[in-house]
Amino acid sequence: MPDAHAEHAQTESSGLAHQFEDLAQQHDADTLGIWIFLVTEIMFFGGLFAAYAILRWLYFAAFEGGSHILDIRLGAINTVVLLGSSLTMALSVRSAQIGNRRALVLFLILTMILGGAFLGVKAYEYRQKFVEHVVPSLDWAPEGEVLARLAPGGLNHAQLYFFFYFAMTGLHALHMIIGMGLLLWLVLRARKGDFTPRYFAPVEVVGLYWHFVDIVWIFLFPLLYLIGGRY
Amino acid sequence: MSQRIVPLKTYVLVFVSLIGLTLLTTGVAFLDLGPFNTVVALVIAFCKMLLVILFFMHLRHSSGLTRIVLLAGFFWLALLVTLTMTDYRTRTWTPAPDSWSTTAPPTHP
Repeated sequence: MPDAHAEHAQTESSGLAHQFEDLAQQHDADTLGIWIFLVTEIMFFGGLFAAYAILRWLYFAAFEGGSHILDIRLGAINTVVLLGSSLTMALSVRSAQIGNRRALVLFLILTMILGGAFLGVKAYEYRQKFVEHVVPSLDWAPEGEVLARLAPGGLNHAQLYFFFYFAMTGLHALHMIIGMGLLLWLVLRARKGDFTPRYFAPVEVVGLYWHFVDIVWIFLFPLLYLIGGRY
Repeated sequence: MSQRIVPLKTYVLVFVSLIGLTLLTTGVAFLDLGPFNTVVALVIAFCKMLLVILFFMHLRHSSGLTRIVLLAGFFWLALLVTLTMTDYRTRTWTPAPDSWSTTAPPTHP
Protein backbone atom coordinates (compact mmCIF):
# COMPACT_ATOMS: atom_id res chain seq x y z
CA MET A 1 0.00 0.00 0.00
CA PRO A 2 2.64 2.60 0.84
CA ASP A 3 4.23 1.89 -2.56
CA ALA A 4 0.97 2.42 -4.42
CA HIS A 5 0.45 5.65 -2.55
CA ALA A 6 3.92 6.87 -3.42
CA GLU A 7 3.37 6.01 -7.06
CA HIS A 8 0.12 7.94 -7.09
CA ALA A 9 1.82 11.00 -5.63
CA GLN A 10 4.49 10.66 -8.31
CA THR A 11 2.02 10.66 -11.19
CA GLU A 12 0.10 13.54 -9.65
CA SER A 13 3.14 15.78 -9.48
CA SER A 14 3.99 15.04 -13.13
CA GLY A 15 0.42 15.95 -14.14
CA LEU A 16 -0.26 12.59 -15.83
CA ALA A 17 -3.80 11.28 -15.33
CA HIS A 18 -3.90 7.53 -14.70
CA GLN A 19 -5.91 6.64 -17.84
CA PHE A 20 -3.09 7.76 -20.17
CA GLU A 21 0.06 5.88 -21.19
CA ASP A 22 2.28 8.95 -21.13
CA LEU A 23 2.24 12.76 -21.28
CA ALA A 24 2.41 12.82 -25.09
CA GLN A 25 -0.76 10.75 -25.38
CA GLN A 26 -2.45 12.89 -22.74
CA HIS A 27 -1.44 16.06 -24.59
CA ASP A 28 -2.85 14.75 -27.90
CA ALA A 29 -6.12 13.78 -26.19
CA ASP A 30 -6.39 17.20 -24.49
CA THR A 31 -5.89 19.15 -27.72
CA LEU A 32 -8.14 16.85 -29.77
CA GLY A 33 -10.90 17.31 -27.17
CA ILE A 34 -10.78 21.10 -27.29
CA TRP A 35 -10.63 21.05 -31.11
CA ILE A 36 -13.82 18.95 -31.22
CA PHE A 37 -15.44 21.45 -28.86
CA LEU A 38 -14.29 24.30 -31.13
CA VAL A 39 -15.87 22.55 -34.14
CA THR A 40 -19.22 22.54 -32.29
CA GLU A 41 -18.60 26.25 -31.66
CA ILE A 42 -18.02 26.79 -35.40
CA MET A 43 -21.47 25.32 -36.02
CA PHE A 44 -22.95 27.34 -33.12
CA PHE A 45 -21.77 30.63 -34.65
CA GLY A 46 -22.28 29.14 -38.15
CA GLY A 47 -26.07 29.25 -37.80
CA LEU A 48 -25.90 33.00 -37.17
CA PHE A 49 -23.43 33.51 -40.03
CA ALA A 50 -25.68 31.54 -42.45
CA ALA A 51 -28.78 33.52 -41.43
CA TYR A 52 -26.75 36.72 -41.76
CA ALA A 53 -25.62 35.74 -45.29
CA ILE A 54 -29.19 35.19 -46.49
CA LEU A 55 -30.71 38.33 -44.95
CA ARG A 56 -27.82 40.53 -46.01
CA TRP A 57 -28.31 39.28 -49.55
CA LEU A 58 -32.09 39.89 -49.39
CA TYR A 59 -31.90 43.34 -47.74
CA PHE A 60 -28.46 44.57 -48.75
CA ALA A 61 -29.35 48.30 -48.72
CA ALA A 62 -30.65 48.07 -45.14
CA PHE A 63 -27.57 46.16 -43.95
CA GLU A 64 -25.29 48.68 -45.68
CA GLY A 65 -27.10 51.59 -44.01
CA GLY A 66 -26.91 49.92 -40.61
CA SER A 67 -23.22 49.14 -41.08
CA HIS A 68 -22.50 52.82 -41.78
CA ILE A 69 -23.89 53.77 -38.37
CA LEU A 70 -21.09 51.81 -36.69
CA ASP A 71 -17.79 53.50 -35.88
CA ILE A 72 -15.24 51.84 -38.17
CA ARG A 73 -12.31 53.23 -36.11
CA LEU A 74 -13.54 51.62 -32.90
CA GLY A 75 -14.03 48.35 -34.76
CA ALA A 76 -10.49 48.47 -36.17
CA ILE A 77 -8.99 49.43 -32.79
CA ASN A 78 -10.81 46.55 -31.12
CA THR A 79 -9.52 44.17 -33.79
CA VAL A 80 -5.95 45.26 -33.05
CA VAL A 81 -6.54 44.93 -29.27
CA LEU A 82 -7.93 41.42 -29.67
CA LEU A 83 -5.10 40.35 -32.00
CA GLY A 84 -2.70 41.67 -29.37
CA SER A 85 -4.39 39.54 -26.73
CA SER A 86 -3.95 36.52 -29.02
CA LEU A 87 -0.23 37.29 -29.24
CA THR A 88 0.12 37.50 -25.44
CA MET A 89 -1.92 34.28 -25.12
CA ALA A 90 0.42 32.50 -27.55
CA LEU A 91 3.37 33.85 -25.55
CA SER A 92 1.74 32.56 -22.33
CA VAL A 93 1.71 29.04 -23.76
CA ARG A 94 5.32 29.49 -24.88
CA SER A 95 6.34 30.67 -21.39
CA ALA A 96 4.70 27.59 -19.90
CA GLN A 97 6.56 25.40 -22.41
CA ILE A 98 9.94 26.82 -21.43
CA GLY A 99 9.03 26.79 -17.72
CA ASN A 100 9.18 30.55 -17.11
CA ARG A 101 6.56 30.96 -14.40
CA ARG A 102 6.95 34.71 -13.98
CA ALA A 103 6.53 35.35 -17.75
CA LEU A 104 3.57 32.97 -17.83
CA VAL A 105 1.71 34.91 -15.12
CA LEU A 106 2.67 38.25 -16.72
CA PHE A 107 1.44 37.28 -20.20
CA LEU A 108 -1.79 35.77 -18.81
CA ILE A 109 -2.51 39.02 -16.95
CA LEU A 110 -1.65 41.05 -20.09
CA THR A 111 -4.12 38.89 -22.05
CA MET A 112 -6.80 39.64 -19.45
CA ILE A 113 -6.06 43.38 -19.60
CA LEU A 114 -6.35 43.40 -23.41
CA GLY A 115 -9.54 41.30 -23.24
CA GLY A 116 -10.93 43.78 -20.70
CA ALA A 117 -10.00 46.69 -22.98
CA PHE A 118 -11.88 45.01 -25.83
CA LEU A 119 -14.98 44.56 -23.68
CA GLY A 120 -14.70 48.18 -22.50
CA VAL A 121 -14.70 49.52 -26.07
CA LYS A 122 -17.57 47.15 -26.89
CA ALA A 123 -19.57 48.46 -23.91
CA TYR A 124 -18.96 52.04 -25.09
CA GLU A 125 -20.21 51.07 -28.57
CA TYR A 126 -23.34 49.49 -27.08
CA ARG A 127 -23.95 52.69 -25.13
CA GLN A 128 -23.66 54.68 -28.38
CA LYS A 129 -26.42 52.52 -29.88
CA PHE A 130 -28.73 53.60 -27.05
CA VAL A 131 -27.73 57.25 -27.58
CA GLU A 132 -28.58 56.88 -31.30
CA HIS A 133 -31.76 54.90 -30.48
CA VAL A 134 -30.84 52.03 -32.78
CA VAL A 135 -31.34 49.19 -30.29
CA PRO A 136 -33.97 46.88 -31.80
CA SER A 137 -37.09 46.36 -29.65
CA LEU A 138 -35.67 48.11 -26.56
CA ASP A 139 -34.91 51.57 -27.94
CA TRP A 140 -35.72 51.81 -31.63
CA ALA A 141 -36.38 55.41 -32.65
CA PRO A 142 -33.60 56.58 -35.02
CA GLU A 143 -33.77 60.27 -35.93
CA GLY A 144 -31.85 62.96 -37.80
CA GLU A 145 -28.74 61.87 -39.65
CA VAL A 146 -29.00 58.28 -38.41
CA LEU A 147 -32.56 58.07 -39.73
CA ALA A 148 -31.44 59.49 -43.07
CA ARG A 149 -28.84 56.73 -43.40
CA LEU A 150 -31.19 53.92 -42.41
CA ALA A 151 -34.29 55.06 -44.33
CA PRO A 152 -33.20 54.03 -47.89
CA GLY A 153 -33.05 50.35 -46.95
CA GLY A 154 -36.28 50.39 -44.97
CA LEU A 155 -36.41 50.85 -41.21
CA ASN A 156 -37.72 47.37 -40.42
CA HIS A 157 -34.90 45.74 -42.32
CA ALA A 158 -32.38 48.09 -40.71
CA GLN A 159 -33.72 46.90 -37.37
CA LEU A 160 -33.02 43.37 -38.55
CA TYR A 161 -29.39 44.35 -39.18
CA PHE A 162 -29.09 45.61 -35.60
CA PHE A 163 -30.63 42.38 -34.29
CA PHE A 164 -27.73 40.61 -36.00
CA TYR A 165 -25.25 43.18 -34.69
CA PHE A 166 -26.31 42.63 -31.10
CA ALA A 167 -26.79 38.86 -31.36
CA MET A 168 -23.42 38.22 -32.99
CA THR A 169 -21.30 40.69 -31.00
CA GLY A 170 -23.22 39.78 -27.83
CA LEU A 171 -22.55 36.07 -28.25
CA HIS A 172 -18.93 36.90 -29.00
CA ALA A 173 -18.68 39.12 -25.90
CA LEU A 174 -20.17 36.32 -23.78
CA HIS A 175 -17.40 34.03 -25.03
CA MET A 176 -14.86 36.70 -24.10
CA ILE A 177 -16.27 36.98 -20.56
CA ILE A 178 -16.08 33.19 -20.14
CA GLY A 179 -12.52 33.34 -21.50
CA MET A 180 -11.61 36.03 -18.94
CA GLY A 181 -12.88 33.75 -16.15
CA LEU A 182 -10.75 30.89 -17.49
CA LEU A 183 -7.71 33.19 -17.67
CA LEU A 184 -8.20 34.22 -14.02
CA TRP A 185 -8.29 30.53 -13.07
CA LEU A 186 -5.05 29.98 -15.03
CA VAL A 187 -3.35 32.94 -13.29
CA LEU A 188 -4.24 31.53 -9.87
CA ARG A 189 -2.97 28.06 -10.80
CA ALA A 190 0.18 29.41 -12.49
CA ARG A 191 1.06 31.43 -9.36
CA LYS A 192 0.88 28.23 -7.32
CA GLY A 193 3.34 26.66 -9.77
CA ASP A 194 0.90 24.08 -11.13
CA PHE A 195 2.33 24.24 -14.63
CA THR A 196 5.64 22.79 -15.77
CA PRO A 197 7.24 22.28 -19.19
CA ARG A 198 5.91 18.69 -18.94
CA TYR A 199 2.38 19.63 -17.92
CA PHE A 200 0.69 22.81 -19.15
CA ALA A 201 -2.39 21.42 -20.97
CA PRO A 202 -4.86 23.84 -19.27
CA VAL A 203 -2.85 26.83 -20.60
CA GLU A 204 -2.75 25.34 -24.09
CA VAL A 205 -6.46 24.42 -24.09
CA VAL A 206 -7.64 27.84 -22.85
CA GLY A 207 -5.26 29.37 -25.41
CA LEU A 208 -6.93 27.45 -28.26
CA TYR A 209 -10.34 28.64 -27.03
CA TRP A 210 -9.11 32.26 -26.82
CA HIS A 211 -7.69 32.15 -30.37
CA PHE A 212 -10.99 30.73 -31.63
CA VAL A 213 -12.87 33.67 -30.11
CA ASP A 214 -10.35 35.95 -31.83
CA ILE A 215 -11.07 34.27 -35.20
CA VAL A 216 -14.83 34.84 -34.76
CA TRP A 217 -14.09 38.55 -34.34
CA ILE A 218 -11.77 38.51 -37.39
CA PHE A 219 -14.89 37.65 -39.41
CA LEU A 220 -17.36 39.81 -37.47
CA PHE A 221 -15.31 42.96 -38.11
CA PRO A 222 -15.58 42.95 -41.95
CA LEU A 223 -19.08 41.44 -41.95
CA LEU A 224 -20.62 43.99 -39.56
CA TYR A 225 -18.46 47.12 -39.95
CA LEU A 226 -17.30 47.03 -43.57
CA ILE A 227 -20.48 46.33 -45.56
CA GLY A 228 -20.54 48.07 -48.92
CA GLY A 229 -17.53 50.31 -48.31
CA ARG A 230 -17.27 53.82 -46.84
CA TYR A 231 -16.18 55.79 -49.90
CA MET B 1 5.49 14.92 -28.62
CA SER B 2 3.80 17.66 -30.55
CA GLN B 3 4.82 20.33 -28.08
CA ARG B 4 7.33 22.08 -30.29
CA ILE B 5 8.53 25.43 -28.96
CA VAL B 6 8.01 28.08 -31.61
CA PRO B 7 10.60 30.90 -31.66
CA LEU B 8 9.52 34.27 -30.27
CA LYS B 9 10.31 35.90 -33.62
CA THR B 10 7.69 33.78 -35.42
CA TYR B 11 4.92 34.89 -33.05
CA VAL B 12 5.88 38.55 -33.39
CA LEU B 13 6.06 38.30 -37.21
CA VAL B 14 2.62 36.65 -37.34
CA PHE B 15 1.24 39.39 -35.08
CA VAL B 16 2.73 42.15 -37.28
CA SER B 17 1.22 40.49 -40.39
CA LEU B 18 -2.17 40.31 -38.67
CA ILE B 19 -2.03 44.03 -37.81
CA GLY B 20 -0.95 44.81 -41.39
CA LEU B 21 -3.90 42.85 -42.80
CA THR B 22 -6.29 44.63 -40.39
CA LEU B 23 -5.06 48.04 -41.60
CA LEU B 24 -5.31 46.81 -45.21
CA THR B 25 -8.92 45.60 -44.86
CA THR B 26 -9.91 48.84 -43.12
CA GLY B 27 -8.20 50.90 -45.83
CA VAL B 28 -9.77 48.94 -48.69
CA ALA B 29 -13.22 49.72 -47.24
CA PHE B 30 -12.67 53.33 -48.31
CA LEU B 31 -12.01 52.37 -51.96
CA ASP B 32 -14.83 51.76 -54.42
CA LEU B 33 -14.31 48.24 -55.77
CA GLY B 34 -17.98 47.48 -56.38
CA PRO B 35 -18.89 43.94 -55.39
CA PHE B 36 -15.21 43.16 -54.85
CA ASN B 37 -15.20 45.10 -51.57
CA THR B 38 -16.90 42.13 -49.94
CA VAL B 39 -14.69 39.61 -51.73
CA VAL B 40 -11.47 41.38 -50.67
CA ALA B 41 -12.70 41.75 -47.06
CA LEU B 42 -13.52 38.03 -46.84
CA VAL B 43 -10.25 36.93 -48.48
CA ILE B 44 -8.28 39.06 -45.99
CA ALA B 45 -10.32 37.67 -43.07
CA PHE B 46 -9.63 34.15 -44.33
CA CYS B 47 -5.88 34.83 -44.51
CA LYS B 48 -5.92 36.22 -40.96
CA MET B 49 -7.77 33.12 -39.79
CA LEU B 50 -5.18 30.87 -41.45
CA LEU B 51 -2.34 32.76 -39.73
CA VAL B 52 -4.00 32.40 -36.31
CA ILE B 53 -4.85 28.71 -36.81
CA LEU B 54 -1.48 27.67 -38.24
CA PHE B 55 0.81 29.62 -35.89
CA PHE B 56 -1.03 30.71 -32.74
CA MET B 57 -3.08 27.50 -32.55
CA HIS B 58 -0.12 25.33 -33.61
CA LEU B 59 -2.00 23.47 -36.34
CA ARG B 60 1.28 23.43 -38.28
CA HIS B 61 2.65 20.99 -35.73
CA SER B 62 -0.49 19.13 -34.68
CA SER B 63 -1.57 15.60 -35.52
CA GLY B 64 -3.39 14.60 -38.71
CA LEU B 65 -6.40 13.63 -36.63
CA THR B 66 -6.75 17.19 -35.30
CA ARG B 67 -6.56 18.58 -38.84
CA ILE B 68 -9.25 16.21 -40.08
CA VAL B 69 -11.53 17.23 -37.19
CA LEU B 70 -11.11 20.91 -38.11
CA LEU B 71 -11.60 20.24 -41.84
CA ALA B 72 -14.79 18.30 -41.03
CA GLY B 73 -16.04 21.32 -39.08
CA PHE B 74 -15.41 23.69 -42.00
CA PHE B 75 -16.94 21.20 -44.43
CA TRP B 76 -20.13 21.08 -42.36
CA LEU B 77 -20.22 24.88 -42.14
CA ALA B 78 -19.83 25.08 -45.94
CA LEU B 79 -22.76 22.64 -46.34
CA LEU B 80 -24.89 24.75 -43.99
CA VAL B 81 -24.25 28.01 -45.85
CA THR B 82 -24.15 26.64 -49.43
CA LEU B 83 -27.25 24.47 -49.30
CA THR B 84 -29.27 27.18 -47.56
CA MET B 85 -28.16 29.76 -50.13
CA THR B 86 -28.94 27.47 -53.10
CA ASP B 87 -32.50 27.21 -51.76
CA TYR B 88 -33.02 30.96 -51.35
CA ARG B 89 -31.27 31.91 -54.57
CA THR B 90 -33.19 29.49 -56.81
CA ARG B 91 -36.69 29.99 -55.42
CA THR B 92 -37.59 32.45 -58.16
CA TRP B 93 -36.20 30.34 -61.01
CA THR B 94 -39.36 28.29 -61.40
CA PRO B 95 -42.52 30.23 -60.64
CA ALA B 96 -45.18 28.35 -58.71
CA PRO B 97 -48.08 27.12 -60.85
CA ASP B 98 -51.17 29.35 -60.78
CA SER B 99 -53.15 26.54 -59.22
CA TRP B 100 -50.92 26.83 -56.10
CA SER B 101 -51.77 30.49 -55.65
CA THR B 102 -53.67 31.19 -52.45
CA THR B 103 -55.45 34.11 -54.09
CA ALA B 104 -56.79 32.06 -57.01
CA PRO B 105 -60.44 31.15 -56.73
CA PRO B 106 -61.07 27.52 -55.79
CA THR B 107 -61.64 25.31 -58.82
CA HIS B 108 -63.63 22.73 -56.91
CA PRO B 109 -67.05 23.41 -55.52
